[in-house]
Amino acid sequence: MTSTETNVTSDENQPPVDPNAVTISINGRQVAARKGELIIAAADRSGDYIPRFCYHPRMSPVGMCRQCLVEVEGPRGPMMVVSCMTPVADGQIVRTDTPQVKRAHEGILELLLANHPLDCPVCDKGGECPLQDQAFSHGPGESRFVEEKRHYEKPIPISDIVLLDRERCILCDRCTRFADEVAGDALIHFTSRGNNTQVLTFPDEPFSSYFSGNTVQICPVGALTAKPYRFKARPWDLEKVESTCTTCSVGCRITVESSRDQLLRYQGVDSDPVNWSWLCDKGRFNFEAVASDARLEQPLIKRDGQFVEADWSTALRAAAALVSSALRDGGAGSVAILGGARGTNEDAYAWSRLARALGTSNVDAQLGDGLPSTVFAYPQATIDEAANASTVILLGPDLKEELPVLHLRLRDASEKRRSKIVEFGAKESGLTRYAWKHTGHEPGQQVAAVRSTLTETSVVSQLGKGSVVVVVGRGNLAESPEFTMSALAAVMELVPNAKVLPVLRRGNVRGALSAGMGSGSAAEILERAAAGKINCLVLVGADPLADFPDADLARRALTAVPNIVSLDTFMTTSSSQAQIVLPAAAFGEKDGTTTNLEGRVSQLSRKVTTRGTSRPDWMVAVELADLLDIDLGVGSVHDVFDQMVTTQSAFRPIDRSAIKASPDGVLLAHVGSAPIASPVPEVPERAGFSYRLVVSRKLYDAGQNVANSPSLASLAPGSAIYLHPLDLDRLGAPAGSNVKAIGARTSVVMRVEADASVHRGTAWVPWNQPGGKVGELIDASALVNDVRLENI
Amino acid sequence: MTSYAHAPGFIAGDRPQIVTSRFQYDDSFTLERYLATGGYQGLKKALGRTPTDVHDEVKNATVLGRGGAGFPAGTKWGLTPQGKWPRYLVVNGDESEPGTYKDRLLMERDPHQLIEGCLIACYAAGLSQCFLYIRGEMAVAQERVATALNEAYAAGYVGKNIMGSRFSVDIVLHWGAGAYVVGEETALIESLEGNRGMPRLKPPYFPAAIGLYGQPTIVNNVETLANLPWLLVNGAEKYTAIGTKTSPGTRMVAVSGHVKRPGVYEIINGTTTFRDLLYGDEFCQGIRNDNQLKAFVPGGGSAPWFTPEQLDLPFEASQVGPAGSMLGSGAVMVMDHTTDIPRAALTLTRFYAHESCGKCTPCREGGTWLERILSRIVDGKGTDADLDQLLEVGESICPGVFPHASSSELGLSAVPFPYRMNTICFVGPSAYAPVHSALTLFRSEFEARVTKRTRIPVSGSVS
Repeated sequence: MTSTETNVTSDENQPPVDPNAVTISINGRQVAARKGELIIAAADRSGDYIPRFCYHPRMSPVGMCRQCLVEVEGPRGPMMVVSCMTPVADGQIVRTDTPQVKRAHEGILELLLANHPLDCPVCDKGGECPLQDQAFSHGPGESRFVEEKRHYEKPIPISDIVLLDRERCILCDRCTRFADEVAGDALIHFTSRGNNTQVLTFPDEPFSSYFSGNTVQICPVGALTAKPYRFKARPWDLEKVESTCTTCSVGCRITVESSRDQLLRYQGVDSDPVNWSWLCDKGRFNFEAVASDARLEQPLIKRDGQFVEADWSTALRAAAALVSSALRDGGAGSVAILGGARGTNEDAYAWSRLARALGTSNVDAQLGDGLPSTVFAYPQATIDEAANASTVILLGPDLKEELPVLHLRLRDASEKRRSKIVEFGAKESGLTRYAWKHTGHEPGQQVAAVRSTLTETSVVSQLGKGSVVVVVGRGNLAESPEFTMSALAAVMELVPNAKVLPVLRRGNVRGALSAGMGSGSAAEILERAAAGKINCLVLVGADPLADFPDADLARRALTAVPNIVSLDTFMTTSSSQAQIVLPAAAFGEKDGTTTNLEGRVSQLSRKVTTRGTSRPDWMVAVELADLLDIDLGVGSVHDVFDQMVTTQSAFRPIDRSAIKASPDGVLLAHVGSAPIASPVPEVPERAGFSYRLVVSRKLYDAGQNVANSPSLASLAPGSAIYLHPLDLDRLGAPAGSNVKAIGARTSVVMRVEADASVHRGTAWVPWNQPGGKVGELIDASALVNDVRLENI
Repeated sequence: MTSYAHAPGFIAGDRPQIVTSRFQYDDSFTLERYLATGGYQGLKKALGRTPTDVHDEVKNATVLGRGGAGFPAGTKWGLTPQGKWPRYLVVNGDESEPGTYKDRLLMERDPHQLIEGCLIACYAAGLSQCFLYIRGEMAVAQERVATALNEAYAAGYVGKNIMGSRFSVDIVLHWGAGAYVVGEETALIESLEGNRGMPRLKPPYFPAAIGLYGQPTIVNNVETLANLPWLLVNGAEKYTAIGTKTSPGTRMVAVSGHVKRPGVYEIINGTTTFRDLLYGDEFCQGIRNDNQLKAFVPGGGSAPWFTPEQLDLPFEASQVGPAGSMLGSGAVMVMDHTTDIPRAALTLTRFYAHESCGKCTPCREGGTWLERILSRIVDGKGTDADLDQLLEVGESICPGVFPHASSSELGLSAVPFPYRMNTICFVGPSAYAPVHSALTLFRSEFEARVTKRTRIPVSGSVS
């Protein structure tokens, strides 16, 4: 009796036994591991380093390099096995330090080095090369290979960015596995066999993947190099600091690396909840723009239609004078501030504080290309929740083009059979081939599509199988965002326990909106400006002429506003209309925090000195406030942060120590209740011979960061109208020819191309491409936009 | 179609014939001849019994796999997981081991026997479809099997409701593209799926659970399946009456090299010795010009070599293994006393280095390195240090002691087969086996070819 009772108490005190826990012995020490784990991973945790080349924790093991051989006690004595392929088993006895294992490690390394050129002194990898390092730590120390080494032409370009040196390649299958398994672009592969095995692209098909830069990062030798970093520095000269990429709103963790005060590369950091060490090429290589010669270095004031350089105090006083005269003449409502999504949370907060102090609510961080901030009021999902949900409903943009690393995470979820993707779209996306269901719809028909697909029997049973996450964003700039919001409301009505992951694209848009930069709407502000009601417009890293979908409205607005102050890193088309242009500090030149699309606040770090006299956005806001006799009460970026987290309810649970302690960032607490669904707008009928316009983004566009990065600038596909091949036949225009596109207000001449991923009856035009005029065809006040096409 | 009087090299003799009984006919490959000589009777008998019954018959007969590993076919069929469909039979007709040409004859001379064997296997093991993978270089075999398959389909032996029963199975032909490693079963599956012919990683050691297209798959050798029609007609008892208990039935052996009558023989398993085969009147009738036998390879190019000392070993895996080699794919290559041993080793090693798929490091780099050192030695440009270098490189491919035969002359005792390996599959060790055997058993021949180098002392310790 007593003993039973004791047993019961001890059971209660002990945590429940994990059925997957196993204990193995590595070099005589007991190591706790989990079933299914590989020996190499368990050894990493126990501190017994096993040399490896092909093994990568984020990819499936292949056991090709054979470097990670260890001895495992078997029924017939110790057996040599590759630790990257052998799962742990309870009671397993592993030895990594016997003379046999040492002999095997030395033997494999000698073989790997046999044909590897010893050009380490001129190799970019030299100094951070796993082959070099492990040859030192586990190698034989001498070479007995007296034969002539393998020779290939070196290096050969395999894409516009990446070069391949097949002599250095040790054929570990990392890049080819990445391309196939992670990126889904199996454009590089092994060719030939035996001693002649080599990695190559297929004939006439370059490795044009959005993720090609990752292969350079994971290459264990210097076989793959990227143009932007080639021969720029030696690894031991690089200084690095961890930061967060703000190219899009995924917020990948990166290291920012520089030498001689020049940004030289970004490398992905393995952040488990976010980017798993992957980056897209746009985020990885757009550091070139920071060092661009086109950067603004000095404040500019327009005199007689010409910009002349001025010092900061003159320029700021002139700007303050413009603001105060606007306040005097038209009241607070005549001042407007657009932008803030490009900078840090602190930048956005300082400007929103200034706006509130001035009394204006004409403030928006989005430029009519996002969704109303009510989207944040739904129960929020994280990226991890989305990538582990049993069903993911995609409403909106092509994630591969807009948020590439989120695309990788969802692709992985689908490929590993964790999630089924139900996609709605006016055009097929990069995820369509991984989707369980794709429902195509004409612009404006989202709600009907959602209602019919989500009530199908098979879909209903799928939705009942587990968690559901709705990934929602703006898929079409040529239709009203109300359609997407109504469709989201319809999904939430049908799947009430679903969570929402809003995918607004701009780098820190969530942070800017949370910091208070969303009290107005860009469309209304520009309408007011066009009506002459705005006297002073401040552009904080915003370029409405290039980014606002309705080109006509943006043009009318900027022409009607008498005084524009622009704070930017480059002279944009909108800046050139300004009276005063102030140079802003760019990414890598300022400290602060940023918020990604799931509301994860993480640290940005400064690595290089600011260009010319440029200053961070928040500092300009504070100094401008000073000149306007407004005391924002902050003197440093830390002050801004502290004030922001105490005053802005969205940031309230966060403090500086929490951010410092967690490199992966801290999630914002969710606030708000689900908004009341607005009635579905009535979609006008489409005339038989017109095409409903779908305008969405490509990864590479005419944006400043791409246009000023020489390696990326040429990758933008250019502006064209894409039609379904059958529609193109009906039009009678050959692909590649020019056609006249007639919109509601004006007509433009554009190249026409065939694309089977475009649905019939719609015309897809990529947004913001070099030479693009699609904005002329978009009326922001219309629910949908139609074009007629004429053969010329 | 041209017809041979006899398949090249096949000598029947007066012995029990299980798989070669029709080789005597000029038109042995036609359906007409096949039916006239008891064809498709085994299938008919099988269809009259339950699949489990047929499976048990094969199990009782202990039909050993003839591809090289010698794993019992009946046991292999039982490894597939229950309740997972579809499941496939893949016939390994990618016979590419140097010296081996028995499956080619079986496909060229008696394709219907193979087809019938496939059908019996599918019936017994409950397999949904059969893929017949024939080596790319075997043009005649491809043509004969394709023609036979068409005939069999037309006659209702293959396809839907075979011979009026409820059993249906399709046989799909696939031709290889000429890679040695595709003879390895997982590489063959990769190749069938349309991928690069590279071996899959082990475990799983058998594709029985996860094979072709991720489904349960049985991979059998051509000769293994060719045994089944005879077995079903005559029963397991008669089958096991031939040969020994552990190695019942007959097996086909291809002999090449310096013998008077090279060719393929169907020998009795387990009892016939190498001496019988090489010197017997009904077999090879001795070494050419009555020369001295120097060495022979007992089981295909990748097997360690034997010397005349091992001549009295029978074709029995349990005796050949401990003696330091393997029976493998049933190919005996004979070298008489005129053979240039280093050159012979180079010929074999060059083949394996060339056929390495390039997937794993030891085989890709080590195989080529071995070949280059050897060719240097053969060209008379080697040094004595190269001999140890060969063994060192081999050590990186196969760690530990490599199997070899005993030699009373050299005072060597045998190291039993198999070897340990650092590679994914057997191609890498195969490149090393001839080097190791040649260098262990005939080191003096190598030493005669290389230049001695005096090591110059680094620090002058002049007395």
